[in-house]
Amino acid sequence: MEILIGIVVIALIVVAFIWLTYNQLVTLRERIAEALSSIDVQLKRRMDLIPNLVNTVKGYAKHEKQLLENVTNARAQLMKAKSPEQKAQANNMLTDTLKSLFAVAEAYPDLKASANFSKLQDELTDTEDKISYSRQFYNSNVLSFNTKIKMFPSNLIAGQFNFKEQEFFEAEPSSKDPVKVSF
Amino acid sequence: MNIYGQIASNKRKTIFLIFGFLVFAIVFGYIISLFFDFGLLGLGIFLVIFGIITYVSYYNSDKMVLSLSHAKPVKKEDYPQLYNIVENLSIGLGQAMPKIYVIEDGGMNAFATGRDPLHSAVAATTGLLQALDKQELEGVMAHELSHVRNYDIRLLSLVTVLAGSIAIISDFFLRSLLWGGSDRKSNGILIVIALVAAILAPIAAGLIQLSVSRNREYLADASGALLTRYPEGLASALEKISKHPKLKHATHANAHMFIESPFGEKAKDFFSNLYSTHPSATERIKRLRAM
Repeated sequence: MEILIGIVVIALIVVAFIWLTYNQLVTLRERIAEALSSIDVQLKRRMDLIPNLVNTVKGYAKHEKQLLENVTNARAQLMKAKSPEQKAQANNMLTDTLKSLFAVAEAYPDLKASANFSKLQDELTDTEDKISYSRQFYNSNVLSFNTKIKMFPSNLIAGQFNFKEQEFFEAEPSSKDPVKVSF
Repeated sequence: MNIYGQIASNKRKTIFLIFGFLVFAIVFGYIISLFFDFGLLGLGIFLVIFGIITYVSYYNSDKMVLSLSHAKPVKKEDYPQLYNIVENLSIGLGQAMPKIYVIEDGGMNAFATGRDPLHSAVAATTGLLQALDKQELEGVMAHELSHVRNYDIRLLSLVTVLAGSIAIISDFFLRSLLWGGSDRKSNGILIVIALVAAILAPIAAGLIQLSVSRNREYLADASGALLTRYPEGLASALEKISKHPKLKHATHANAHMFIESPFGEKAKDFFSNLYSTHPSATERIKRLRAM
């Protein structure tokens, strides 16, 4: 009789543990999805600003055709990107091309003086800040999820129910290189 | 100690302090009810009154603090930089954006209040907004939002009203002693204990309140730096703030809520250090630069 009660108690503890851990893992994974969608909101805002920027720059700097094309291409890449890794990569490319664009803009005093241009520049800078903060929030969520599915004993449950490690949204490695500006 | 270690150790201290506060309230209530010969019923009544006062003031604490400091709500158009910074940091924390208030005052200071991230507010003085650059202001606001995120604002509101409730009840007790104490037949030792307890209670409650707030400042500095990944921003902001933190409308009721004591820094002997609401700016800057 006592053995039976013992077995039942142990079984209940195991079931409760599986139940709780499974729900925790689901919660953490949903948080990652939510954080990713908040990055998407900011990425979309950035993409919406770019056609406007390209048109403004075109009006003042007709010779920078190649540069403007790079920006447009990078934007198109970002629109196509699906996974967090692709998005991060495309976003970094876009950041690089924008940097060169703003560097070149220094050579056009009329462009720099344009109110429209400086407003767009401010908004893009702010969006970039927002992207980096939402990326930070996303990555901290990924970190806690990935830690959880690797740690004992929750790794047993994660393996059993096929919870996979999630990708980080990487900060750009290329930002350490100096920006190449070709006139 | 790294940032994560500092956060963990401060959280342990906080739990310990809240527990101490509760024990303290029960012991204090028990001594009072012993004195009046009410027994356990007296303790029960004491705790109920204590609970009601605390509950009502807890839900109104943010409004009281904001109006005490003469803070006015602002829109994005009025202070776009401040608004953007608070918005960005809230994104970084993944929490709702607090309401933003500005205090018309040349002194440099800021605080956060409320009871949870959904019911929270941050306030900054106009002096602060003028003197700091973007990274410094970001550091200060990250510090304030950390108070919100870590539920310090809830803790501070709670501790403030708990200390306030104890002060009200002990005041009431002392008065009733003055008016009707003489015809009681309780024994002398109890009277002495009760008197000492009634006098010490508000002082001890105040001390607990202060020690909570000082640990919390270090924790908010640490988690703010973790959010901006740039401890130097807050460090250099604190250097500027510590020169002019004084405010026109500072009261002892809300002093512990500001990023730097709104009375300015006083002499650093043991007693004033025990009673000051904030750790010295020099010490905080030192810790930030060591991160």
